[in-house]
Amino acid sequence: MVENRPWLTFLRHAILVTGVLLVLFPVWVAFVASTHEGGALMRGVMPLWPGDRLVQNYETILSQGMRQAGGVPVALMMFNSLVMALAIAIGKIAISLISAFAVVYFRFPFRMLCFWIIFITLMLPVEVRILPTFEVVANLGMLNSYAGLSIPLIASATATFLFRQFFLTVPDELTEAARMDGATPFQFFKDILLPLSRTNIAAIFVIMFIYGWNQYLWPLLITTDSSYTTIVMGIQRMINVADTQPQWHLAMGTAMLALAPPVIVVVFMQRLFVKGLVETEK
Amino acid sequence: MHKRVTFAGFAFPLALLAPQLIITLIFFIWPAGQALYQSVLRQDAFGLRTSFVGLQNFQRLFADPLYLSSFQVTIAFSVAVTFSGLAIALLLAVMADRVIKGANGYKTMLILPYAVAPAIAGVLWWFMFNPSIGILAYMARGLGYSWNHHVNGNDALVLVTIAAVWKQISYNFLFFLAGLQAIPKSLMEAAAIDGASPWKRFWSITFPLLSPTTFFLLVVNVVYAFFDTFGVIHATTSGGPGQATNILVYKVYTDGFVGLNLGSSAAQSVILMGIVIALTTIQFRYIERRVQY
Repeated sequence: MVENRPWLTFLRHAILVTGVLLVLFPVWVAFVASTHEGGALMRGVMPLWPGDRLVQNYETILSQGMRQAGGVPVALMMFNSLVMALAIAIGKIAISLISAFAVVYFRFPFRMLCFWIIFITLMLPVEVRILPTFEVVANLGMLNSYAGLSIPLIASATATFLFRQFFLTVPDELTEAARMDGATPFQFFKDILLPLSRTNIAAIFVIMFIYGWNQYLWPLLITTDSSYTTIVMGIQRMINVADTQPQWHLAMGTAMLALAPPVIVVVFMQRLFVKGLVETEK
Repeated sequence: MHKRVTFAGFAFPLALLAPQLIITLIFFIWPAGQALYQSVLRQDAFGLRTSFVGLQNFQRLFADPLYLSSFQVTIAFSVAVTFSGLAIALLLAVMADRVIKGANGYKTMLILPYAVAPAIAGVLWWFMFNPSIGILAYMARGLGYSWNHHVNGNDALVLVTIAAVWKQISYNFLFFLAGLQAIPKSLMEAAAIDGASPWKRFWSITFPLLSPTTFFLLVVNVVYAFFDTFGVIHATTSGGPGQATNILVYKVYTDGFVGLNLGSSAAQSVILMGIVIALTTIQFRYIERRVQY
């Protein structure tokens, strides 16, 4: 603090509090809506204080879903999302770790070519090559499967790049010592490199879990069977029901359930999350 | 940068790289090649015959008023998302950088929307702006404005912009805060001793020193507005009313999947790939420059 002016401190807090309130307001409104019965929301003014139907509404959502929207239980959607998010996060970490290890610790022809091929994935988000990617997945018979939901998304340039940067900072003396003791490359990787990368792995895991959980376009494309619906894409069917007002109390409850897991991960692993976010972008 | 000490071998490292390379080739490079290839072909109405048409698909696109209007919408949308997102986040970060009490609490609250999927962010605001029951539409009526995003294209565009900005504030905030905390405090103290007001200090010291972060975020936000906002649009307005929120990524999806116009969709994919590659290259150029300091 350079100078001490009480009104300035007050102004700062006032702006921050306003910012926080604006940021949290939509989530609060959704939560309140999810605790009322459907009719209460339709009667003119939206209540701003929770109602008494919290347990009942969430029970309906989790076990039956919304009838207008196909009636897929949201518990199943959450399970699908969880499987997808975990498969993507773990898959990305696993294949990125070994490819970064190969690129950093070996000299072989076409090494940089391989690195650049991986790097290109960063430049081609699903959104820009939707149709041909869909065709590939369809031809491989991976539509409506967990494999189709996760495998095409587990190539990761960001994670590979981060692990590469980290491996480059690991002192050469460790490698020398390991080699002198007759360790194979695999032993070196397993006993030295992996334990050293623990924090980085955790940080990447947080980022990639959120990435996987929040996927929208991909599950939308490759799942037509409603038993593979993920929660983030499932909610769209709930609010786009034909010819009638959606059942907002159920839709908002589903929105709360869709945002809760990643929000909890971010809040409780904040330090790792910030580390992962700031470092992957460098 | 290379390692001095390495292991010998050829087959083993290739085997380690294989999973990543195979996935990249099958799901990234091959489809991108397909998009390039299809962008110069045209299928007849029944999908029976395919013929080579050169750059005609591209020529048609740029002669198509719908595509051009989609381009305009995308540019207006990304400018609005980028500037308001950066401005709000910078304001909050500057405030948070200076407070002592409660700084962590504010930070935790402000990074929360990062975890919310764009589609969910869209749904939350879609609900609050619902013309008949939404609380914000109700407030707008109180102020004498009849809000209806089902009919009014401007309302719809404002709605998706707000939802997209809301989600992106967290990200910008974190990077601005990290950038601010890297600025040496002694500079501020020196300026304060020379009598510079906080306002003056911000514009002549903080803002210029923050420019690398700002530039980085500028690129990231444009990429975000162009590509990651698909969920916001699809879950809420579906590009409507009319063409008011039909941004380029959404149009690729509708033309390809709903309209089944392969040639045109592929040509649009190629244009989008060009845009991403250009933006990413700018980003890397800048990162390289910063590393050399």
